[in-house]
Amino acid sequence: MRIGALKESFDGEARVAVTPSSAGHLQKLGHEVHVESGAGARSGFSDAAYERAGVTVHPTAAALLAAVDVVAKVRPPTEDELAAMREGQTLISFFYPGQNSELLEQARGRGVNAIAMDMVPRISRAQKMDALSSMANIAGYRAVIEAANNFGRFFTGQVTAAGKVPPAKVLVVGAGVAGLAAIGAATSLGAQVYAFDVRPEVAEQIESMGAEFVFLDFTDQVQDGATTGGYAAPSSPEFLAKQLEKFRELAPEMDIVITTALIPGRPAPKLWTEDMVRAMKPGSVIIDLAAERGGNCDLTVPDEKIVTENGVTVIGYTDFPSRMGAQASELYGNNVRHMMADLTPAKDGALVHDMDDDVIRGATVTREHDITWPPPPPKVQAIAVQKPKEKPKELTPEERKAAELAAFRQQTRNQVTLLVAGGAVMALAGLFAPASFLQHFIVFVLAVFIGFQVIWNVAHSLHTPLMAITNAISSIVILGALLQIGSGSAWVVILAALSVLMTGVNIFGGFLVTRRMLAMFQKS
Amino acid sequence: MENTVITTAPAAPLNVVLDVLPAYGFTTAAYVVAAVLFILSLGGLSGQESAKRAVWYGIVGMALAVLATLFGPASANWWLTVIMLAIGGAGGWVLATRVQMTEMPQLIAAMHSLVGLAAVFIGLNAQLELGRVIRVRAEGVADGFAGFAAMLAQKTPAEIAMLKIEVALGIFIGAVTFTGSVVAYGKLAGRIDGKPKKLPGGHMLNLTAALLSLLLTVFYAAGWGPAVLWLLILAVIAGFIGWHLIMGIGGADMPVVVSMLNSYSGWAAAMIGFTLSNDLLIVTGALVGSSGAILSYIMCKAMNRSFISVILGGFGGEAGPAMEIEGEQIAIDADGVAAALNEADSVIIVPGYGMAVAQAQQSVSELTRKLRAAGKEVRFAIHPVAGRLPGHMNVLLAEARVPYDIVLEMDEINDDFPSTDVAIVIGSNDIVNPAAQEDPNSPIAGMPVLEVWKAKQVFVSKRGQGTGYSGIENPLFYKENTRMFYGDAKKSIDALLPMID
Repeated sequence: MRIGALKESFDGEARVAVTPSSAGHLQKLGHEVHVESGAGARSGFSDAAYERAGVTVHPTAAALLAAVDVVAKVRPPTEDELAAMREGQTLISFFYPGQNSELLEQARGRGVNAIAMDMVPRISRAQKMDALSSMANIAGYRAVIEAANNFGRFFTGQVTAAGKVPPAKVLVVGAGVAGLAAIGAATSLGAQVYAFDVRPEVAEQIESMGAEFVFLDFTDQVQDGATTGGYAAPSSPEFLAKQLEKFRELAPEMDIVITTALIPGRPAPKLWTEDMVRAMKPGSVIIDLAAERGGNCDLTVPDEKIVTENGVTVIGYTDFPSRMGAQASELYGNNVRHMMADLTPAKDGALVHDMDDDVIRGATVTREHDITWPPPPPKVQAIAVQKPKEKPKELTPEERKAAELAAFRQQTRNQVTLLVAGGAVMALAGLFAPASFLQHFIVFVLAVFIGFQVIWNVAHSLHTPLMAITNAISSIVILGALLQIGSGSAWVVILAALSVLMTGVNIFGGFLVTRRMLAMFQKS
Repeated sequence: MENTVITTAPAAPLNVVLDVLPAYGFTTAAYVVAAVLFILSLGGLSGQESAKRAVWYGIVGMALAVLATLFGPASANWWLTVIMLAIGGAGGWVLATRVQMTEMPQLIAAMHSLVGLAAVFIGLNAQLELGRVIRVRAEGVADGFAGFAAMLAQKTPAEIAMLKIEVALGIFIGAVTFTGSVVAYGKLAGRIDGKPKKLPGGHMLNLTAALLSLLLTVFYAAGWGPAVLWLLILAVIAGFIGWHLIMGIGGADMPVVVSMLNSYSGWAAAMIGFTLSNDLLIVTGALVGSSGAILSYIMCKAMNRSFISVILGGFGGEAGPAMEIEGEQIAIDADGVAAALNEADSVIIVPGYGMAVAQAQQSVSELTRKLRAAGKEVRFAIHPVAGRLPGHMNVLLAEARVPYDIVLEMDEINDDFPSTDVAIVIGSNDIVNPAAQEDPNSPIAGMPVLEVWKAKQVFVSKRGQGTGYSGIENPLFYKENTRMFYGDAKKSIDALLPMID
């Protein structure tokens, strides 16, 4: 099959769907790779670089469309581009079928088989072609860079000769792929990062990235990401109110706010209201990654950077991935070639559009004059159902005190009981047993106590040597045999001699084997 | 019983002085030093480096005690003592130098049996001597005793009664230790089937035997009937208890059994100490006894089982049906494991008894060396009951020259699994069984386990698809991130080695 990448016609779009390196992989799958002249120019891939990678460069879009069977693009096709395609051609690009029903209809009419990169289901197997995630990752990273660019201070705290600089405080709202990438980038710049998400199960991920999870004390409604394929669902009004209250409390402290909250198929929820912006310090920066869908912040103007009256910068760019064209193209190119790899299972260059495959079925939106969107739910669940985690209940200071007191009382009671019982037994023994026995008994009890104290400190890794050495030491019964061997009858002598023999084996064997073992333990 | 007195009475001072011990002040002084040395010796085992010194404390303490006794109260029949010590010492030396580290559990069990048997003999001797002293005293001759007998001769009737109880206890514990250790040795060495076995009657049989022992002790202490015969019967019955008790315990519970026997051998020594009125024996016996008791406690805790339930054998009653396990065991070959290892940054290896059986520790060490040379973090996670002896895995790894500072305990490493790329399970099963945490009906529910399944990838090196000793299904093998690496552990790891770069 011949696969070709069009030059993006959208103004300001820097990405390209095939890079020289992904072209190499596509060729290994048995495909011939074509590209429109200048397609990679804005991502830093010259026509010459493509040619070196064995890619055929076509001067115009029309020439490319005529030459190839599979058209790869980044942005959804324009009406003109779609009109120029021929029946039976396959298109791989972002498509957003939910928002672009007219385009969908047109694709169906032309008989184009459209594969929407944004419809790839979120299952483990399909992660390598999940272009939404790879683009969101870039957006999250770039959001922090844009914020740093517009923030007149350090991110990291410093103590310099000229004075002390506190670290910047960053709040990330929505810990999806973009949010987590933003957390990672901001923490590595040295900022103090807080993050919020409506799905409590992501708290662990947030903390693992080095941010602090902003905990919302709200028990009634706990969202389970598993039911929505890992995406967030709309919140209840009560929850939303609680959430806004928390944000209002945080707003004056935060230097940077990065909002990434999106709910699939809905306008972005308004989470950062005007009064919160007003409460922020001058010079603070808000990056709204949801700007394309209306923005999480009230003041966001899509594709623009504005400065409010109180000096807060609100950035509503929608082209973050495109601002890092080379990186975005590299990753998107890889997503596309992984999609192609699934479409050519035999690696022989023959396209197999297997509609029974969860991933391919989910991503295909039109096929053979038929609209195949929305797809049936995938056979494999995106994320394993989360078991509700039991949170250890926080005790109030009074409760803790009471618990400690109770534990102390219990301990005292146990010890006193033991002491009294032990004392009573001893007193009984003292009444009947001879004094000489009791003298030895004191030694015995004290030795047991010492033994317990000493043995608790023995390293676990030395338990085997401990057993060997106690073995050798317990052969101290040899003293008994030694005392008896010189006294009494032949029987006594024989038994004592045998005892000496056996304990002799133990003494020598035990100590030697202990030494052998201990000599083996070496430090690296 | 005819007493052929071998010792004539050349040791003149003994005949004169009835009060034996004060005459040997230096002996007692040496005993004090020896006791302190023993305590220091055990205390020194708190760290690998100090342990190397500690073993010398033990050796010096023992030498001091034996020499002080030889030059003190036990000055007769030296030639016999020296010959016996020489033979025994040579035997011990040969054993200690030849034994393989994987055979450590058997060796230790065998040594326990010797202590037990020695305790029985010494106890019997005490009665034989006591009988002789009483008989001679009845004839009106109050002195003329040498060594041990001289000491017995000064006992009051109350002390003699106490002594008899001590003798009976010493013999009982010694005999239980002896047969129990022999059975444990047989099971560990594979000469006896490792499966739990019980005679019909089970614990009732043990109980009856224990009651019978008590009865015999009473007969003996009260002085009814033939004392020596009672003691011999007591020894036989105690031996039966030891044998039957340990026969009923399975292979994986051996760490508890061995440490319990270790403890018993100490208590037996302490009892002998009471019999002989020898404080050094009492102190040492108490030290060893408490050491073994603590080890047993740690082992039980690591299995989340009570000591009683381990000793009475078998797992507790089933609380309900075990959780259904979904999924399948997916096998992988050496190429796959090697590829994952080459990509990984951090690796945790979890060794178990299977590694010891396959003698794979050298290969594992070589693997560790290669991975570490490639700049990867390699650590070992040791469950307290891994293997058949407390600390068994540590010794095996040390033998294979794995540095001890990368060999960590369960508590130290369990939290690190989520951030680990690859966990390799070599020949362990129950100690990595997630059912202990996930399935309240599992027989091992609540047992602390190594959470290997939290690592990004888990490879399980295992001989085949069986359930292992305990017969408990292991859901780990069915997890999504688990791959089964079937085959003999040593061969599997050896196959891996050339593929690691």
